[in-house]
Amino acid sequence: MAFNDSTRNVFGAELESIKSAGLFKQERYIHSPQFSEIEVEFPAGAKVRKCINICANNYLGLSSHPDVIAAAHAGLDSRGYGMSSVRFICGTQDIHRELETRLTEFLGTEDTLLFPSCMDANAGIFEACLIEQDVMIADRLVHASIVDGMRLCKAMQDTYKHSDMTHLEEKLQEHQDKRVRMIITDGVFSMDGDLAKLDQIVALAEKYNAMVFVDESHASGFIGKKGRGTHEHCGVLGKIDVITTTLGKALGGASGGCVSGRREIVEMCRQRARPYLFSNAVAPVIVAGAIKVMDLLSASTERRDKLEWNAKYWRGLLKDAGFDLKEGDSPIVPVMLYDAKLAQEFARDLFDEGVYAVGFFFPVVPKGQARIRTQLSAAHEKHHLDTAIAAFKKVGEKHKILGLGKKELIARAGA
Amino acid sequence: MDELTKVIRDYVVKEYLEEGDDREVTETSPLITGGIVDSFSMVSLKRFLEKKYAIQIPDDQATPDAFDSVQRIAALVRRFQQK
Repeated sequence: MAFNDSTRNVFGAELESIKSAGLFKQERYIHSPQFSEIEVEFPAGAKVRKCINICANNYLGLSSHPDVIAAAHAGLDSRGYGMSSVRFICGTQDIHRELETRLTEFLGTEDTLLFPSCMDANAGIFEACLIEQDVMIADRLVHASIVDGMRLCKAMQDTYKHSDMTHLEEKLQEHQDKRVRMIITDGVFSMDGDLAKLDQIVALAEKYNAMVFVDESHASGFIGKKGRGTHEHCGVLGKIDVITTTLGKALGGASGGCVSGRREIVEMCRQRARPYLFSNAVAPVIVAGAIKVMDLLSASTERRDKLEWNAKYWRGLLKDAGFDLKEGDSPIVPVMLYDAKLAQEFARDLFDEGVYAVGFFFPVVPKGQARIRTQLSAAHEKHHLDTAIAAFKKVGEKHKILGLGKKELIARAGA
Repeated sequence: MDELTKVIRDYVVKEYLEEGDDREVTETSPLITGGIVDSFSMVSLKRFLEKKYAIQIPDDQATPDAFDSVQRIAALVRRFQQK
């Protein structure tokens, strides 16, 4: 069928409805490497301006680290640009296996398989391992990629209220007749920044004979004393059956992800996970960079320690300034505004003040839960945070929200 | 409120409202569009209805629209009870 006017109008109308709902997303062009300060062109065609970046997943500041860049260059020279193949045909190099072994050691699991992204890992794992006689019981706030992966799987789906262990226990009791029960959670929840109660989840899993799946994308590299993840923080290293995580955030920030866990589960993914079977091997340049990241993490906890300090300092600054925050122990610090329009205006005003942050609202977060999600990095210095808080205060004063609690903010939004 | 409507309302409150969430759920409260139930967690409601009332609701009829209020859900259940 030709893409004629009537077809064009179908999609044009759809895009208009996205715009009129206030959900239209626009990219901002960055003219510099990813870092604590970046050069941004926004809107398109505007003069490029320098601003403090407080919304990247660059938790450890390794996205542009000189050692990682050098290792990536060396990998490019020694192993080439691309594999022109999926892994199981002729796309597996020695360094792919080396990185998988390093990730296995770091995460404290039995084996690891690289995927093109963690989105792909989550899209592939459930369908590869579970069947109709099984049940997946997920926290209601798990990442969208997990929701998509679950929808591709024939096993029964169920959910429990966010971090509600009583509700999870009820669900586990309800599903005792299933062949396999898999509890599914994020380690750190990306929008709220809170940590899963993995110690309690593991205890329930043992009591009710269930597997535990954790997406550690917002945890690997910096949560826990050695940065090994939420399972380290909660004292359950070695007790998580399946971990998925990304190389696209703290672990270098390029792309790539993995399934790591029980050797049989990893092997099932190697045999059956469609995103692994039908997409190219992670590029050698990324693999080489990620191996260097593993070296850096093994050598020192300095970066995760600095990140922890930055997160505490930033949270304190925001609290003292009178913002309403979601409580948590991670470098994700959501500033709650509740109102979608206010969140958008707030982010735009922050940008005018030289701070790059993004407003999140429905459907990314539940209705009436709009926020500015701030994310800390080990690349932030104290002066970045002091400058950023001055901008937050100025914009907060402009919108008259400083010192307001949840109820007052909601009432203000409804007024 | 009849018995069927009450059972559905009570299930929605117990299954979907978080602790401390004091929103009132009436027969006509928008559940999906109001953000109380999302399409991801809607499956447990469907399964509850099917088990409790010994009915089968085909996936193409278990739409977000059909599940958007207690009243609509009750109407859906009644329709399948009559079949």
